[in-house]
Amino acid sequence: MSRAVESRPVRPRPVRRRAPELRLGPGPVVRAVIWTLLGLFFLVPLFSMVEFTLRTAKPGVYNLDRWVAVFSGETTRYDRVYQGLGNSLVLAVVTVAIVLLVLLPTIVLVELRFPKLRRLLEGICLLPIMIPAIVMVVGLAPTYAVVTEVFGSGAWTLAFAYGITVLPYAYRAIQSNVAAVDMITLSEAARSLGAGWWTVFWRVLVPNLRRGILAASALSVAVVLGEFTIASLLSRVNLQTSLLLVSQSDPFVAVIFALLALVFAFVLLVVVDRLVSVRRRTAKG
Amino acid sequence: MTALETPLLSSRTGSTVELRDLVRDFGGGVGLSGFDLEAAPGELIALLGPSGCGKTTALRSLAGLERVDSGSILIDGRDVTDEPTSRRDLGMVFQSYSLFPHLTAGQNVEFGLRMRKVAPADRRRRAAEALELVGLDHHAGRYAHQLSGGQQQRVALARALVTEPRVLLLDEPLSALDAKVRVQLRDEIRRIQTELGITTFFVTHDQEEALAVADRVAVMRAGRIEQIGSPEELYHRPATAFVAEFVGLTNRVDGVVAGGRLTVLGHEVPLASDAVDGPVTAYLRPEDVVLAGGGIPAVVLTTSFLGALRRTRVRLEDGTELSLQHGARERPEPGERVAVGLTGSPVTVAPRDAGNGAVPAR
Repeated sequence: MSRAVESRPVRPRPVRRRAPELRLGPGPVVRAVIWTLLGLFFLVPLFSMVEFTLRTAKPGVYNLDRWVAVFSGETTRYDRVYQGLGNSLVLAVVTVAIVLLVLLPTIVLVELRFPKLRRLLEGICLLPIMIPAIVMVVGLAPTYAVVTEVFGSGAWTLAFAYGITVLPYAYRAIQSNVAAVDMITLSEAARSLGAGWWTVFWRVLVPNLRRGILAASALSVAVVLGEFTIASLLSRVNLQTSLLLVSQSDPFVAVIFALLALVFAFVLLVVVDRLVSVRRRTAKG
Repeated sequence: MTALETPLLSSRTGSTVELRDLVRDFGGGVGLSGFDLEAAPGELIALLGPSGCGKTTALRSLAGLERVDSGSILIDGRDVTDEPTSRRDLGMVFQSYSLFPHLTAGQNVEFGLRMRKVAPADRRRRAAEALELVGLDHHAGRYAHQLSGGQQQRVALARALVTEPRVLLLDEPLSALDAKVRVQLRDEIRRIQTELGITTFFVTHDQEEALAVADRVAVMRAGRIEQIGSPEELYHRPATAFVAEFVGLTNRVDGVVAGGRLTVLGHEVPLASDAVDGPVTAYLRPEDVVLAGGGIPAVVLTTSFLGALRRTRVRLEDGTELSLQHGARERPEPGERVAVGLTGSPVTVAPRDAGNGAVPAR
């Protein structure tokens, strides 16, 4: 492991960090322009999508009929989308469970007992972000032949693959919390007070890693709900693949669901951001 | 001399602790190499030494947070070498702040009682008592980040004591605090420890701290105890040059031993033990050197005011530099020509340039 440390290029420390009082940012006008352009870049497509779903046969006339139709449940045309949505939600839950039951204890174990493996774990966890999904599927296809034999072909089995794709996000979220907590001293203090390992994990570490755990879970959910490539290439139905199918016959409903998924993911990310910023504030105390 | 040799123990209700021939090899770095120590019930032993001497390793081995390669650890005569930390019945205060951030001070103190399945009402009462003991009974509802460093360490002390452990382990508990709080809390730890009569180990690299609180101080070097004794013993009769230099301020002065007598700075003093004839380095305390008319000529280098007294550094004609302590009313100026004399004997002598073969000078 020490070799990995040594081979890292030594970068000069950025000067700006040492002099935070220096205002090097753009002026208020430039800032306003940047914000406006960025806002338009994101909002124009969203606005267009909303406009699209409200259209009627007559140009210039808008109503909410399609939104009502989707949620009223009167037709069976959207069943496939609901099935996909249901599958994706199940996948999100199972993926989060995998993250919490496998990744979290691993990170804790590495931190407390095998700190030398930290870089290895980091490398492994960040790997999926560098491998294109399509490459992963090539490797996963034969694996899933076995998975199907053992676990059946339930939609939830896709969570094994998703457990890998969410690793970079979940790892980062938990690890940044771990770095802000002196887990070694806390666990030693708890042990000296008579706590066994299970109690240390459950009563001392988990409560102090709560924010990292929540952030990791929310990010995992967002990634799973947006996943298309793996599900499509393994011929599974999830939210994104069903949306694609439905869009071929009813583009409006596809756009409605895409909008909802976007808003949901946006809310999740805002929540994650809040969690992270709250942690930064309390970490100082 | 009895006062020097017998530690003043107010209570004998604590546990005995024996550490026998502990060895811990970290592979390269020094862990423990034959560490032996026996603590009487209620005794406060300070483990003192430079960083890397193994003092923290010794404490952590006793706590069960570090395994030992060989040797045994006995508490009240029972071998706990292979027991996990959680079953050793210890209280421990760490160098870094170790309060559980998600719990209030009160809940932190209750944690150990909760582990011992004490009933909630009883738990709260005992936690309140422990917080009162450290003077923080009004802060039970605060979280760690709402407390100052000193307060956090007090809560940590209350948390360690509330379970009435057999042994209290303090791992440099004061080193993160500023000077004034450090002295305050140090005296308080001693008061509480004496009150409760709990056998205590106190790890520190600060010799002043060790001398101030401990019944006995164990000076460590390279994984073993170099000398153990009362603070007075260590200060006045250091067994080795290392101890002489590590405990208190020391002047190293060249001398010559001939026929059981030591000649140093023009004075001849008797030696109690047999030192081999020849050139030696003598270790002199600053208070044993004085400004005196008719002594050895010297030039004042610096002088600093320390309140009740003044410490002055002088250079002799042969280049030897000496620190000496005298009343604050005498005010030598830097550059002034003075004369120095000897009022006491060297605390120890060592064959020149062989630091470790020292023998006591009296």
